[in-house]
Amino acid sequence: MSIPRLYNTEAIVLRKLELGEADSILTLYTPHQGKIKAVAKGIRKAKSKIGGHAELLVHSQMLLARAKSLDTITQSQTIDSFIGLRNDLWATSSALYVAELVDRFTEESEESQPVFRLLLETLRRLCNARHKELALRYFEVHLFRLLGYQPELHQCVACHTSLRPSSCYFTPDGGGVLCSNCRHRNLVVCPLSLNALKVFRFIQAQPFAEVDRLKVGPSLAGELKQVMRRYIRYLLERELKCAGWLDRLERESPVSG
Amino acid sequence: MNSDFLPTAKPMARLIEELHRLPGVGPKSAQRLAYHLLSASEEQARALAEAIVALKEKIILCSSCQNITETTPCSICQDQRRDRSLICVVERPMEILALERTRGYKGLYHVLHGAISPMDGVGPEDLKVRELLARLQDNKVHEIILATNPNLEGEATTMYLQRLITPMGIRVTRLARGLPFGSDLEYADEVTLTRALEGRQEV
Ligand SMILES: [Zn+2]
Ligand SMILES: [Zn+2]
Repeated sequence: MSIPRLYNTEAIVLRKLELGEADSILTLYTPHQGKIKAVAKGIRKAKSKIGGHAELLVHSQMLLARAKSLDTITQSQTIDSFIGLRNDLWATSSALYVAELVDRFTEESEESQPVFRLLLETLRRLCNARHKELALRYFEVHLFRLLGYQPELHQCVACHTSLRPSSCYFTPDGGGVLCSNCRHRNLVVCPLSLNALKVFRFIQAQPFAEVDRLKVGPSLAGELKQVMRRYIRYLLERELKCAGWLDRLERESPVSG
Repeated sequence: MNSDFLPTAKPMARLIEELHRLPGVGPKSAQRLAYHLLSASEEQARALAEAIVALKEKIILCSSCQNITETTPCSICQDQRRDRSLICVVERPMEILALERTRGYKGLYHVLHGAISPMDGVGPEDLKVRELLARLQDNKVHEIILATNPNLEGEATTMYLQRLITPMGIRVTRLARGLPFGSDLEYADEVTLTRALEGRQEV
């Protein structure tokens, strides 16, 4: 039996790259094929029927045609364009940050329905959540869980004793927390307050609806962000491009959400 | 370079490679163009080469609006009949041509030379934003029209500029987002339709 030339898929547009005068190469995240690249012909013309249905960070139903090198998007119909995040620069930038994380941490054609669902839910949360910063932390923690990088937060990664509820140290290359006795066994550590440890454990164990009810002040939110940033920098051996941009926006005008 | 066509002569290969870098020129068309130029007259080939060199040597950016020009300030910036209290901000020089064709706009322009794109590492300092802010210092400008492209990068750029300029007490407007003339409502996406509804008008 031959493989049909056309196939339907849901997709979220992670990246786009201009190609020639009016085409784009899109990086899509799909539920059944994971990350794929596809060409959208004529998409940059004002009258393109695909146009806004395949814009960055849009969730669409697409019809693709298989080709030897890159598949071509022949039709696209928006399911959700997350309009709530498009009028807010911080939310737009955060959604781009999420897309960049998925793009950097996944390989092409590796199916992961849970990653697709997490991505979709995160984009919705960036529109609706009370605590949008926590939506980002929730996304990072669960993306790493799904991809096998879940940090150990319950026992010391060096001596394996259960951590008593106190402040401790986070080691990116050890992949978790160190107790105060073991902190000197690793050079790259950052202090982790008891509250930050508790919030991370809560995020690991609870659904987002519960996490969104937490009361997290700006300094704790900043600590949570910095710990994840260090972990990401260690895993990727580079800085995410959107991370620097988000920091700049926050410096120039602090987020309320 | 694609290995399914390897011309033997080096100058040929070099030209094909250069042509292939141009937008919209695939490997096959690059090859066709190169062979066409080979059979063209010496005169024709030289004229093309000189036109390309002249483009790079004579075209500069206008010190005021950053549009491409031969003289600075450019002819638009020098034109005393134009409304100097109004600046329309665009991403690319090509967009000025499109707006000028409407003959409906009499203000000045400012070319950013791109749009904010965090994932590609393009921030405001990579665009002509500082030059735009400098033009607003003398209080002669009353309105900024943001005419970036209706895509995510264009909208991000508009939101960023609006945040910078509004506190300066200058009116900031943006082009209405609507449906392209001659298109089908059926194919319009949700963002375009929402914006078109928001911007609806009395008939
Ligand atoms: Zn220990
Ligand atoms: Zn000028």
